[in-house]
Amino acid sequence: MFGVGGGTCSYEEIETTDVILLWGSNAREAHPIFFHHLMKGVRNGAKLYAIDPRRTTSAMWADVWLGLEVGSDIALANTLAREIIASGLHHEEFIRHSTEGFEAYAESVEPWTLQRGAEITGLPPEVIGRMAHDYATAEQAQICWTLGITEHHNATDNVLALIDLALLTGHVGRYGSGLVPIRGQNNVQGGGDMGALPNRLPGFQEIEDPVSRGKFEALWGRPVPDTAGKHLSLMLEAMEHGEITALYVIGENPAQSEARSDHARHLLRGLEFMVVQDLFMTRTAELADVVFPAAAGWAETDGTVTSSERRVQRVRKALDPPGEARDDLHIISALAERMGRGWGYPTAEEVWDELRSLSPNHAGMSYRRLAEAGGLQWPCYDEDHPGTLFLHGELWDDPLPRDPAPFFPTPWAPPVDELSEEYPIRLTTGRRLDSYNTGVQSGGYSSPLRTAVAVEVAPADGAALGVAEGDLVRVVSRRGSVEAPVMVDRSLRPGLAFMAVHDPDEVDVNLLTIDAWDPKSGTAEFKATAVRIEPLQEDVEQRSGVRSVANYPA
Amino acid sequence: MAEVTLAVDGTAVTVPGGSTILDACRALGNDQPTLCYLDNLTPVNVCRVCVVEVEGNRTLVPSCSRPAEEGMEVATDSDRVRHSRKMVYEFLASSVELDLVDEETVAWMDRYGCDPDRYGLPTDPSGDRDRRKAGHHRIGPGTEAETVHQPVKVDNELYVRDYSRCILCYKCVEACGEDAQNTFAIAVAGRGFDARISTEFDTGLTDSACVFCGNCIGVCPTGALMFRSEYELRQAGMWEEDGQTVTRTICSYCGVGCNLDLHVQDNRIVKVTSPMDHSVTSGHLCIKGRFGYEYVQELGDLAVTPIDEILRRARIDDRGRRRPPKSRA
Repeated sequence: MFGVGGGTCSYEEIETTDVILLWGSNAREAHPIFFHHLMKGVRNGAKLYAIDPRRTTSAMWADVWLGLEVGSDIALANTLAREIIASGLHHEEFIRHSTEGFEAYAESVEPWTLQRGAEITGLPPEVIGRMAHDYATAEQAQICWTLGITEHHNATDNVLALIDLALLTGHVGRYGSGLVPIRGQNNVQGGGDMGALPNRLPGFQEIEDPVSRGKFEALWGRPVPDTAGKHLSLMLEAMEHGEITALYVIGENPAQSEARSDHARHLLRGLEFMVVQDLFMTRTAELADVVFPAAAGWAETDGTVTSSERRVQRVRKALDPPGEARDDLHIISALAERMGRGWGYPTAEEVWDELRSLSPNHAGMSYRRLAEAGGLQWPCYDEDHPGTLFLHGELWDDPLPRDPAPFFPTPWAPPVDELSEEYPIRLTTGRRLDSYNTGVQSGGYSSPLRTAVAVEVAPADGAALGVAEGDLVRVVSRRGSVEAPVMVDRSLRPGLAFMAVHDPDEVDVNLLTIDAWDPKSGTAEFKATAVRIEPLQEDVEQRSGVRSVANYPA
Repeated sequence: MAEVTLAVDGTAVTVPGGSTILDACRALGNDQPTLCYLDNLTPVNVCRVCVVEVEGNRTLVPSCSRPAEEGMEVATDSDRVRHSRKMVYEFLASSVELDLVDEETVAWMDRYGCDPDRYGLPTDPSGDRDRRKAGHHRIGPGTEAETVHQPVKVDNELYVRDYSRCILCYKCVEACGEDAQNTFAIAVAGRGFDARISTEFDTGLTDSACVFCGNCIGVCPTGALMFRSEYELRQAGMWEEDGQTVTRTICSYCGVGCNLDLHVQDNRIVKVTSPMDHSVTSGHLCIKGRFGYEYVQELGDLAVTPIDEILRRARIDDRGRRRPPKSRA
């Protein structure tokens, strides 16, 4: 939409903003220090709307919690837009000056009356209306989101629907107003920035653009492929069709992290050759032909990572890695040497300086400056540039120095995995405060907060099933089943269940999830699974051998 | 806000409106002692060691929170100020174990000629402070020094609470509450000399609202709150701060980008802090950032550095169970 993938705001801006829409994010547990900044905003009088099917620990701090149906986000966004336009609260001057495509967008949201929006989302119409008015009339307002928006089959449309709201109200490109995706991993922003996207070179330069490509080819003295590669979901498809037969996996655990994980493992097992580079002998590494033991990037090597506010910061070596583990950079360089294309063994700073010569966004970020400033926010074009607090301020310049920002009409589509009589419960997945992803890292420390993975259900559903806290149940989806103890959670509405993803060795949640994925981003729909829950006549101590059912042999 | 000009010990200084007297002193390079004050917390004005004399004010005022005013005349080293600060330090040092307090505090106490021993020998330690209610405290004979001694609380694998070292500065309460974490797991219980930091109903941390962010440890000025790893190493006489390196890096978990200072001894992380002056964290972390580092040094039963055995002790929980390690490739 804007040409670069990065949050528009700095964390400090949320401390003084007026209205916060926290959408599909349990930041209090998944991004606790961002939530500290958000709470300063709340303490300073910001109105907080939490949009989440669950009444999470974040939502408990909200002025208003909107417990919408899973996957009805676009319906809600379109309804907000329609209400804003119908009430004449859209920012006409900004729309005329800085955007294009408003008429088609307005037409697309016209059917989304408060009544229709209420029917689809399950929210009271007056609450949707109040949020629309508060957001549109605020001096400053932010929309913050995480995986509740992006782990859906229509992830990109979900994000576009939120961007449309910001364009409609002029809540972008000004201090305190903006669009804030909080990143889930310490360098997922930096990975994208550095070109770990199938269609981009470092600095968001298009791989299919000959001018961009030419810069890299000139420096590297090698041709760069002129077509986009495949994202993870397409790679899995290509493995299925035999188009990909070898895989090099660096610091990823797809054998457990992918939706419909038994199918993913089946595909990984079918490869002719797999190399895994990781800190641990993960389930993925167990399937590999070759394992490269790697050093931990953040504590055993030098380099940089980039945060959700586009801040590039130094990681530094504090420990010697154990045994034969080596820096990722060293492993890759050694591999290149064995392949006859050696480039020597550059230091992290030398690689970074090369990147700076190729990516204008990073040109001004020398290691010295990064250390002195405590990190710099891109874009940072030269060594005198202070870095950039918020993006897209130029949308307010006159004359407009860029192409206008386009509205994208976003049709709503329900989750792929439909509820039915056979699968009446909506299961959604997520993180807990003390744990992280498949637990490879967070499993290493003793957390007093950690509880066994359970399926959390609404009190009414627990009662209807005749199960009490701790009883063992079988959770069945159209793809597989797992057994887990029940936990009754009052933050869940009837019909909604939740499972954390952190202990797949104990309960492999992703046997249940659907691998329907967003065609634009490749993200799978982890957040919306149709399940039924069956009570088991045994307690945890006595359970039988068969605990999970997959469609592929383990 | 307009600037204000005031005089500190006879020297004029101009500071932005809204500055405190402490800010004005620091602008002159004339630092004042503090215990309960931190830049990233709301001043609670309880410790009284930062007090100064302001011309025309009946009482001494806390410089950390009193706004500087135009024309104010401040004395930081008058007899009255020195006497008051000396008394505060002596009362604290006679009743609290202060051997882990920072070097600046030691230097200030020397400067004021503090002699806490003049209040007599400490009374017999009593372990019942958590049971005391208002009115329980009896005035002693005046020949011995009452103390806040109580047994160290070790009830989880991540950090310990040694309230014999607690000066009731409230920093932990502030960091747990509105100033950072908004969890409100701890508060001050009891009255007068029996006041102490406590969880609700004095439950163990694992049964309290605590989310183990450790932000209370990060702000504690006396070592009352301490990483379990530091505690076990100190118990074993193997905590060697001089031999430690401190390396700044970024947390390996979510995408917020929190700065971590890794305190490393014998190639093992023994403590994690965050810089108070960094815009991302203001010194505060979550449980993963502060304690989630074990995976880079959990090497099973392979003890290769002198402190591994001690650190392993720190991973035994309150029910005496030892968590099995993950194997590392």
